[in-house]
Amino acid sequence: MTADIIKPDNRLSIEKSVPGRRAVKFKNILRAKETLPPYLARKNAPKLPELSEFDVVRHYTKLSKLNFSVDTHFYPLGSCTMKYNPRINEEAAALEGFANLHPLAHDNASQGTLEMLYDLERMLCALCGMDAFTLQPAAGAHSEFTGLLTAKAHFERLGQTGRTEIICPDSAHGTNPATAAMLGFTAVNIKSGPDGRVDPAGLKARLSGKTAVLMLTVPNTLGIFESRIEEITEAAHKAGALVYLDGANFNALIGLIKPGDLGVDIMHLNMHKTFSTPHGGGGPGAGAIGVRKHLEKFLPVPRVIKDGGAYKTDCARPCSIGKVKAFFGNTGVLTRAYAWLLMHSKKELEAVAENAILNANYIKSRLEAVYPAHSGERCMHECVLTPPAELTARGLKTLDIAKRLLDYGFHAPTIYFPLIVHEAIMIEPTETESKETMDSFVETMLKINDEGAADPQLLKDAPHTMPVKRLDEVQAARQPNLRW
Amino acid sequence: MFIPNTLKDREEMLKTIGVSSIKDLLRQVPGKYLYPAFDLPETSLDEQQTARRMKTLAAGNPPILSFLGAGAYERYIPAAVKALISRGEYLTAYTPYQAEASQGLLQTIYEYQSSVCALYAMDCANASMYDGASAFGEAVRAAARVTGRKKVLCQETLNPQYLRTLKTYFANSEEYRFVTVPHKDGLLDAEKLAGLLGADTACLAFQTPNFFGLPEDAPKLSELAHKAGALVVAAADPASLGLFTPPGEYGADFAVGEGQSLGLSLSYGGPYLGVFTCKKEYVRQMPGRIAGMTRDKDGRRGFVLTLQAREQHIRRDKAASNICSNEALCALSATIYLALLGPEGLKELGLANARAAAFAAERLAAVKGAALLFKAPFFNEFVLQVKSDATSLREKILAKERIDIGLPLKNFYQGLGPGALLVCATETKTEEDILRLQKALKENI
Amino acid sequence: MPKPEEVKYTKTHEWLHVQGPEATVGLSDHAQHEMGDIVFVELPKADQAVEKEKPCAIVESVKSAFDIHAPVSGRISALNEGVAKEPVLVNQSPLDKAWLFKIKLSNPAQVKDLMDWTAYQEFIKQGRG
Repeated sequence: MTADIIKPDNRLSIEKSVPGRRAVKFKNILRAKETLPPYLARKNAPKLPELSEFDVVRHYTKLSKLNFSVDTHFYPLGSCTMKYNPRINEEAAALEGFANLHPLAHDNASQGTLEMLYDLERMLCALCGMDAFTLQPAAGAHSEFTGLLTAKAHFERLGQTGRTEIICPDSAHGTNPATAAMLGFTAVNIKSGPDGRVDPAGLKARLSGKTAVLMLTVPNTLGIFESRIEEITEAAHKAGALVYLDGANFNALIGLIKPGDLGVDIMHLNMHKTFSTPHGGGGPGAGAIGVRKHLEKFLPVPRVIKDGGAYKTDCARPCSIGKVKAFFGNTGVLTRAYAWLLMHSKKELEAVAENAILNANYIKSRLEAVYPAHSGERCMHECVLTPPAELTARGLKTLDIAKRLLDYGFHAPTIYFPLIVHEAIMIEPTETESKETMDSFVETMLKINDEGAADPQLLKDAPHTMPVKRLDEVQAARQPNLRW
Repeated sequence: MFIPNTLKDREEMLKTIGVSSIKDLLRQVPGKYLYPAFDLPETSLDEQQTARRMKTLAAGNPPILSFLGAGAYERYIPAAVKALISRGEYLTAYTPYQAEASQGLLQTIYEYQSSVCALYAMDCANASMYDGASAFGEAVRAAARVTGRKKVLCQETLNPQYLRTLKTYFANSEEYRFVTVPHKDGLLDAEKLAGLLGADTACLAFQTPNFFGLPEDAPKLSELAHKAGALVVAAADPASLGLFTPPGEYGADFAVGEGQSLGLSLSYGGPYLGVFTCKKEYVRQMPGRIAGMTRDKDGRRGFVLTLQAREQHIRRDKAASNICSNEALCALSATIYLALLGPEGLKELGLANARAAAFAAERLAAVKGAALLFKAPFFNEFVLQVKSDATSLREKILAKERIDIGLPLKNFYQGLGPGALLVCATETKTEEDILRLQKALKENI
Repeated sequence: MPKPEEVKYTKTHEWLHVQGPEATVGLSDHAQHEMGDIVFVELPKADQAVEKEKPCAIVESVKSAFDIHAPVSGRISALNEGVAKEPVLVNQSPLDKAWLFKIKLSNPAQVKDLMDWTAYQEFIKQGRG
């Protein structure tokens, strides 16, 4: 690495290292004879930076400033539900009683956490119209994994091992078919209609004695409700299959619609979407799987139960699929979700979905004359737009619009997803954004259209104001440089 | 509660949309599903009440002096770690899909990958997995994929939670065989291992230190496995790697670990951090996200997510894993922790753990009716054999003294008997703490 | 190097050049152009049996992955390690330096099912690819 191309601010921590410099020390070293085997002694010290505490604080503070985040920028990333993350959640999760609790602590010493988990499961059951929830999955995809394993165990118990297919619409998130394949199922893709809806007739043609599960995202990834859901779930049940609801878009349903009413057998929720826990730069999240009564016995262990006045962890579940991670779920994240739920009455939860839907429709209405909407219908919590013809005629793509948005201080929407929409721009404002912010976003989108029409190169070269310009992803993939 | 729209805003927005009420926006939903009855409170708490309720709940987990380990370890978390990961720019960002607006995060992922590669002496690492057990499961899956073989050898002293997770990661399928290699005096029996390895063996998957706290002779085990053409998947506690030979130096093909050891809070099981590393020939077998260094069009250094075409959002049912969200903030936390410790601090951390455990072992073995079960060297936990029933002893001391003496092993290893107790002491334990434990044991055994 | 007009094509955009009992397989110029910069090529295993129309190799760009299907059944008889080392060849020289593998044909009659140059051009024009 030659020095001239490294701006002072993007030096790696290791490049700031000075031999002999120290930060954290451990002086509590007891007098005893440790019993370490000499033949296992590490000979070469790991190449880690040697820095002062101040060096470290300044390094990572500076780096933080090179990021967009919900706290600093409007972040309308479709399907990701980038809503405000209340600070009280953080304070709650950091309480020593919660943060210091060992996962194998005795139940008698964990009553607070167990009560919280039990209560959260109960609230989610009420909210979704499901009979039981497990809070063990660490994220959305991990929930799908847990849910499909539950379905697998169910069919094995029924002796229906010939049910090897999972049906997913082509508008589904990639995690749906990936999870199916990971568990040895065959993912069967069904073509959805232009609005992303499942065609009941097409579905019926694919359902058979081989179908294990139909996975649906409701509303779908185009932000459209599956209006013929009753017909769909009935057809799946008639074929002996289970219906799985991917709750990635639950922000559109919370307080308004109970998935249990739709005929769903298994569903998941993402705490880091609907329930306001922070995304942390890609994680941690926390998932939850809800099931109908007859599937409860398959859920992972331990289960949290109430026995008289005391809460207990119960591992004696012979039908359980086992464990999906070493210990209980991402409890620290669940604690935040619980705090958020406490602050919402039934009416206030309704208002979450209502305002999420209102905001998405507002943006759609204001933009669709210029950015054609993929569907003429009202949307739920997110809308899918496409680039203006005026821009595409000049060779501009969704990517160029997205990059130009960064210059104006807006994180780009989700782009190129769902895959069934060419050049998709998927916008999810969430309920926590104000009208002023959305107005400013809309005006910027309109301005970008004008800019692109007048000077396409301005967009092609965007972003202009970020710490770096467009990056060479081809080089990154052809000659991966993944570490110092 | 966190909705800024006023009534006036709502009206204006509805008007712009051209409808008169929210209900008009919901026409696509069959009416019978809308606004159902919920068994949820009609009232909610304000922030102050919520804070109070959460404090009350947290108080339901009383502070105790705990000697639990078994895969999750009490750590001192430096104040700088907490302060930095609380910054909203990190906390409230999402996956760095827009690289130009996420250079800070991407660079920290690159630094994370580099730090754990250095720690494990491995070639490459991904951006993180859910926890140690799921990383272990994914690594064994990768080994099975690479070799096309169906037999997996695991040590008998593998953390039982890891073994259960591993089976789940193979869909509880009977197509794969998980064969347990017995231990001899607490350590994997190399002779038995040699007999079990064969041309059908995908990998030897082991943990070091093992569930009993004893570091395995990993170089020897690795050599035996490789001789038989099997791959090696090693799960190593990162906090031990300041002292012990890292997996890369004994040729591990995949090395994973529970990153909770790198300064994360216990939080009743998560969020933790699955460290996943491998040899460079297997880089494309890694599940999950990977950051890489590249240049922008002006030639400046920059970072991107790379090798994405392996992942579920592109390859869908042909992806090796379904992972999407990972544990990015925990990875950042570990990166900062490692930067604060540096190579010297890491060594001190290892020594502080080893000495605390050695001190505890000396003191507890001196209690009448208690003895160490194994003679082999240990890191920061060890098995103590008490003459009474460890489960009831634990409950008694917990109630009386507010001390958790450790994890009774009889539910995991019936062969060890009711008196086996796994006791852990990390850098957080002082001489006084351990003497309190000794006294409690002496008075109650 | 065969000329584009001299090889056969599949609907999944592989080309096939038959030379006696063996045939060479690669990705068509049209397909590499559509995919953009190729960053990775995964070849089949040496001596692997392949089945007509079943995926046996992978070509990746930054944001897409493309399965390479065996145009005919047979056994892999040669691999082009050069293209695995230098995926950019798929963009630079799809019909020559970026041949992917050779198949020893088990059923030479299958070649008849493939499109010739004219039919492939028509196929692309109709946007069926």
